[in-house]
Amino acid sequence: MDPSADDRLDRAFTALADPVRRRIIARLSRGPATVNELAEPFEISKQAVSKHIQVLEQAELVTRTRDAQRRPVHLNAARLEALTAWIDKYRLIHEQQFRRLDALLTTIDGPSDGPRTQEA
Amino acid sequence: MTNALAVTAPEGVPFIEFQREFDAPVATVFRAHKEPELIKQWLGPRGYDMDIERYDFRTGGGYRYIHRDDKGAEYAFNGVFHVVRDEEFAIQTFEFEGFPDVVAIESLRFVDLGNGRTRLEGHSVYPSIESRDGMVASDMESGMREGYERLEDVVSAL
Repeated sequence: MDPSADDRLDRAFTALADPVRRRIIARLSRGPATVNELAEPFEISKQAVSKHIQVLEQAELVTRTRDAQRRPVHLNAARLEALTAWIDKYRLIHEQQFRRLDALLTTIDGPSDGPRTQEA
Repeated sequence: MTNALAVTAPEGVPFIEFQREFDAPVATVFRAHKEPELIKQWLGPRGYDMDIERYDFRTGGGYRYIHRDDKGAEYAFNGVFHVVRDEEFAIQTFEFEGFPDVVAIESLRFVDLGNGRTRLEGHSVYPSIESRDGMVASDMESGMREGYERLEDVVSAL
């Protein structure tokens, strides 16, 4: 009966839809890290990485402690584990499916008025 | 820019709804739903082969297809197309043959957003909340596989 549950889920999945943020999550699963440490493997600015971390924070997937300068980022493992209900599986599988559809749509034309289908 | 998938399952009713936008004109998105050779390329869980026995996406048509995993396990689905209006709207039934007689009714709206963009709006109705949750879970890649592996464990332990 929690009306905000869907919003929270949407935020979590939107956050996880991005490959950089997924890699940040993967890195944090091995332990907390600072923004600098997290920015290291990426060829994007520290500001951009900070933005990504903000998105993850808003999705409750990570937390930041008030540790003065360092402010290390921690993974919220419980939140990640909570994303395994049936509806999330439904969402994941549909997302995979629709990404394949995205890719397919770039290769075909509109109306089906002839044998223009590309061979798979 | 990723087109986010929105999924909602309202409390207390056996519905599932989704919305997803695509960077393609409605005619193209519709075509990808109509032609079996195209359907095959995107529908269903990743890593499964899809064998389409029949797929006639028009009012009064029907379909049956089989997903096969890499171990050769088969999952068959069938239904009828109650109504199909080109580039606009469709209603179909959906039955996983592993759970016979539990039939969902699914509507799909193709919304032309202009500028070569389209939104798909799906709405599925299951016979009960339990069947919705159970069916959807069992329709899932991991759900199906884990379920059957668990069943194998149970059976082999008998």
